Amino acid sequence: MAFINLKDKLIQAKIVYYGPGKCGKTTNLEYVYNKCRTQINSKMVTIKTQGDRTLFFDFFPFDIGKIEGYDVKIQLYTVPGQVKYNSTRRLVLKGVDGIVFVADSAENRRNANVASINNLQENLTLYKKNIFEIPLVLQYNKRDLAKQGIPVLNISTLEKDLNKDLRVPSFEASAVEGDNVIMTLKKIISVTMASLEKELK
Amino acid sequence: MHLALDGEQLDKIYDTLKSTLIDIGVETAMLLDTAGNVITTVDDGVDRHDIYSLAALAAANFSAMRSMVKIAGEEEFSLLFHKGQKENIYLSSVSDDFLLFIIFNNDMTLGLLRLKVAKVIGDLIGILVVDSSQ
Ligand SMILES: Nc1nc2c(ncn2[C@@H]2O[C@H](COP(=O)(O)OP(=O)(O)O)[C@@H](O)[C@H]2O)c(=O)[nH]1
Ligand SMILES: [Mg+2]
Repeated sequence: MAFINLKDKLIQAKIVYYGPGKCGKTTNLEYVYNKCRTQINSKMVTIKTQGDRTLFFDFFPFDIGKIEGYDVKIQLYTVPGQVKYNSTRRLVLKGVDGIVFVADSAENRRNANVASINNLQENLTLYKKNIFEIPLVLQYNKRDLAKQGIPVLNISTLEKDLNKDLRVPSFEASAVEGDNVIMTLKKIISVTMASLEKELK
Repeated sequence: MHLALDGEQLDKIYDTLKSTLIDIGVETAMLLDTAGNVITTVDDGVDRHDIYSLAALAAANFSAMRSMVKIAGEEEFSLLFHKGQKENIYLSSVSDDFLLFIIFNNDMTLGLLRLKVAKVIGDLIGILVVDSSQ
């Protein structure tokens, strides 16, 4: 549920990074936070365990400037990816306007990716939202692993597993190296804003 | 699926937060939605807090507490309160979609605050309900 302030011409929308544990959601946000400091007037909030795993979420608000005369603030969140944290993961999805699904390209994470996207679909239905309708972008992260000789899933395999029915935009990325991190974010912002505009008309 | 509020509604929200809470000594009062968006915030002139972070944490904390309360078998949950050394936090549900977040110091009694909060929540429901009936 985006909030539109008609008086001061402000829009706030919520974008959530979703995906299996350790796929690189937090790394995506950290990269954006460090690269785009001028557009972020807050500290990054993280609620994590002693062992640096996301327990609840990471968060910061991101000012993307004016769209159609409105100042737009994007609230960026990650969820905890670990299976056992489903109850908190659900809470973060409340009022979500757009989703980046981050998949792990490592070959041994194939099943985890599929389980996580199924879990996303299920959790969205709790809020009466449909994975086929909500603004969604896929990111195939950790493409750099191939350089280290670690077996990675082919893009065609990832597309078949995750995007066969959804048919949403997808990006190959490396969050540690910053490859396509900003592109992914730009895409989800534009898809989310387009959907918002459509609903406003 | 989106919430749009016009100038008249936002002015009314501001006025009730200001006159009922800030003018009696509350430091920060904020209306937010349960997704963590900031609707309106008013402070006593001292801008101390990162309100967007506060809103994200307040919404998350409230919904986590509500889930716990449900698991414990309770139906009703409407309030979180932190009593600090100097600063106190009061987080109350307004309706299913909105929360009221307040920071106040020990110059104010909790009894007085509760009375004022009850009035503000009544006002806010009046203002926000108009919207959903449109
Ligand atoms: N090789 C490689 N490692 C990554 C990449 N993105 C994240 N990681 C690593 O994967 C681990 C988990 O990342 P994190 O962002 O905490 O995952 P999250 O659980 O999805 O938030 C960390 O050790 C990261 O450094 C990437 O693009 N390539
Ligand atoms: Mg994380």
